[in-house]
Amino acid sequence: MNPELAKNKFLFTADSLKKKFRLSEFLSEKIITSVAFLSIAVIILIFVFVFRESLPAFKPRVKHNIEKTSSTGNKPESYGSSDSAGVQQKPESYSGAEPAAAANKPESYGSVKDTSVKADEVNPNSEFVAKDNNNDEGTLGSLFSNEWYPVSENPRYGLIPLLIGTFKVTLIAMLFAAPIAILAALFSSCFAAPWLREWIKPAIELLAGFPSVVIGFFALMVMATVLQNLFGYETRLNSFVGGIAMALAAIPIIFTITEDALTAIPATFTEASLALGASKWQTAVFVILPAATPGIFAAVLLGVGRVFGETMIALMATGNAALSGLNPFESVRTLAATIGAEMAEVVFGDMHYGILFLIGSLLFVFNFSINAIAEFYVKGKLVKKIQGR
Amino acid sequence: MKEAKIITRDLTLHYGQKMALNFINIHIPEKEVTAFIGPSGCGKSTFLRCLNRMNDLIPSVKITGEIRIDDLDIYQKKIDVVNLRKKIGMVFQKSNPFAKSIFENVAYGPRINGVNNMKALTEIVERSLQNAAIWDEVKDRMHDSALGLSGGQQQRLCIARTLAVEPEIILMDEPASALDPISTGKIEELIFQLKKDYTIVIVTHNMQQAARVSDYTAFFYLGELIEHGKTRKIFTTPDKKQTEEYITGRFG
Amino acid sequence: MKLKDKIIGGTITTASALSVVLIIAIIVIIIVVTIIGGKEKISWEFLTAFPRDGMMKGGIFPAIYGTALLVIIMSIAAVPFGAITAIYLSEYAHEKSWLAQTIRFAVRTLATVPSIIFGLFGLGFFVQFVGAGMDNWFLGGQLKWAQPNLLWGSLTMALLTLPVVIVSVEEAIRTVPRELREASLALGATKWQTIKKVVIPGSISGIMTGTILAVSRGAGEVAPILFTGAAYSLATLPTSVSDQFMNLGYHIYVMSTQSSNVDQTLPIQFATTLVLLMLTFTLNLAAVLIRSSLRRRVK
Repeated sequence: MNPELAKNKFLFTADSLKKKFRLSEFLSEKIITSVAFLSIAVIILIFVFVFRESLPAFKPRVKHNIEKTSSTGNKPESYGSSDSAGVQQKPESYSGAEPAAAANKPESYGSVKDTSVKADEVNPNSEFVAKDNNNDEGTLGSLFSNEWYPVSENPRYGLIPLLIGTFKVTLIAMLFAAPIAILAALFSSCFAAPWLREWIKPAIELLAGFPSVVIGFFALMVMATVLQNLFGYETRLNSFVGGIAMALAAIPIIFTITEDALTAIPATFTEASLALGASKWQTAVFVILPAATPGIFAAVLLGVGRVFGETMIALMATGNAALSGLNPFESVRTLAATIGAEMAEVVFGDMHYGILFLIGSLLFVFNFSINAIAEFYVKGKLVKKIQGR
Repeated sequence: MKEAKIITRDLTLHYGQKMALNFINIHIPEKEVTAFIGPSGCGKSTFLRCLNRMNDLIPSVKITGEIRIDDLDIYQKKIDVVNLRKKIGMVFQKSNPFAKSIFENVAYGPRINGVNNMKALTEIVERSLQNAAIWDEVKDRMHDSALGLSGGQQQRLCIARTLAVEPEIILMDEPASALDPISTGKIEELIFQLKKDYTIVIVTHNMQQAARVSDYTAFFYLGELIEHGKTRKIFTTPDKKQTEEYITGRFG
Repeated sequence: MKLKDKIIGGTITTASALSVVLIIAIIVIIIVVTIIGGKEKISWEFLTAFPRDGMMKGGIFPAIYGTALLVIIMSIAAVPFGAITAIYLSEYAHEKSWLAQTIRFAVRTLATVPSIIFGLFGLGFFVQFVGAGMDNWFLGGQLKWAQPNLLWGSLTMALLTLPVVIVSVEEAIRTVPRELREASLALGATKWQTIKKVVIPGSISGIMTGTILAVSRGAGEVAPILFTGAAYSLATLPTSVSDQFMNLGYHIYVMSTQSSNVDQTLPIQFATTLVLLMLTFTLNLAAVLIRSSLRRRVK
């Protein structure tokens, strides 16, 4: 007999069961809920601050003396190395194989001139006179122009070359990454034996664990040379090399999501198809693949998002010259690389600073939209498909 | 009939739109074993979980009516559910020991009640394991993981764990359904011992078990309480036709 | 089956199998090339010595040290917040509630923001806003915190890795069976007691996995620290969080793009890359192993 029990005859009383306030319960719930808010707060803060810091781009232009170097061209973005020379957008090659070439390039640096180049002075040497002669030097109007020369006495912030560069790299990356990743996912979920699948998935996910700076290094040092020898084009670092390197970064994402989408198709589809006498590959291609289309679409979209915003690979493998031709074997500058390359050297609060943040805002909005589309489209279409509408 | 420990009045439960319990009115006597029987899905487990307000954990559940324990309406707003559950123990269908040692499993209840003194804990743990008829089997491996015990032992460990908080009522939801006949026998023996001190309500789909173990039986069907009375009567001369049909196996 | 079908089937199966092989081959090639290029330089001295002669000789110890400090401070910031958020999502939130859905959406969005945006945020918020605020309020305008340093770099990185922690911990919490929670509650434990004594101990492996994955990310990402604190050539190790720091990934980037003497530094570049690759690779492998043992336990 439990001795405690004898004295507790009236355990169930209003008094003993009165609602008790427990401080630790209350506190823990409040604190945990508040901390969870953090992720929402962070997204909002990122939104606010990235957009806020792009405001200087919209400020009325303060005209001041520009003590810069010569006016015959742009100072190309140098990474602090003192002997990089170049006239226009000289693509960087980093291979060190052409130190002698520097001597051949016309010197574009004059001594620091005593300049008082006023904004409305037409500079005969410069090809980059504003088309409209109304003193709007390097303001928003130039956003839509075809010239990205932020560091010159007549700064032009044309985003078109950057957009074209980003577009080229993304396209090339997707052309390589999507088929390979989707085929690999098809093999893994439809053709491979279960034990093999258990190995393939983690193995490919290991590629996702490679830091992008490592992939960029590999592209810069190894791939660039190999591809140049293979295809024989002139510029060592270009959108082709960059695109293929980016593909390496995008493949794991596209693979994982596609694989999930393919595996999520109910086994009953497979069984029904096989029971009707279709072969494994016919089932995979004509039944499973179409049914997983929304998921595959989302996977590719997310791959695009990944490549669009990738910075390190672009910085190291694309040549970093803001050219806007359509030749894939030309150097390019992507939006993300521009931010990465130039942010360290801008003055806080000035227009260039604001423009870089503006580019960041664009990237943020673009990525956000891609994710929203991927999510809603997939949810909507996928649900409808499974329900048979 | 002994004094009624639990009295329900027009207890009704809805899962969203679906009604699972329909105006249950029952008196459950003190320090006796009451068995709930009936086919699958008839609401007996749901009703059991109402008694210690475990159904509160399901958001779509709506409960109307009264459940009074010792004449105290336990669904009042001002009732402290946490303390309520300390006075009502529950043993689940599938034994669920924590991934801790045998000692720590049984000591869990007292610890959350503020007992931290090792000597006091050891005493409570030993007593509970003895009352659960498992002390001899585990006394030499108190600090081994509870997951190393057999199914039947784990279930008795869970009973010991429940006893350690000194409840007045013990609810058992098909406690032996996952066990072999020998372990089942041990549990049934244990129930017989425990009813001297505790009010026990046991849900079982095994009619023979109900007949062996309980003093009173309540037959549920499709969310309604069809008949309730002394076990001997229910199993030999039931009043309702449905009861008779279930007992004789016309439907399962 | 018709011959045409067999051919098509064979082609598709082969092509897809080859794709898998191709991807794995690329992984292997990258690893092998890095090893070949860097192995001669790897030595105990390389890992523990400072760079000399303008990065052409010596070791990379400050980069390793800086990276280590970075991930430590980052983890201190990210793991508790991430774990608590995961606890909220799985234990306190009502699944359909507006708040839970918004938080999940925010986490998913955070997970896909390009890493350079985090760098911008770190600059615009931590350095220019919080740092400047600290300088104005506590130091009377003296410039100390409104510049890139270890603290801002680590916090920026913590934001980047927050989603990783949240997802891993939540996954682990979900492996704790409902029955254990019910057993605890039926014994008269409160919700927080149940979480503290049953749920958290049961999800320690998930917290570990999340931390390891976050550390791996944090060690390898460069874009967020490009202008929030990383530096290429520092004479001394950082002694406080207001100092700048060297970093393996940043070192590789700068050295490979700006080095004036490529022949001399190339082996060092490869060796540094090898160190970084091995580090992240091992961490990821560890996390994968823990996670799969966790999944097997549930089955």
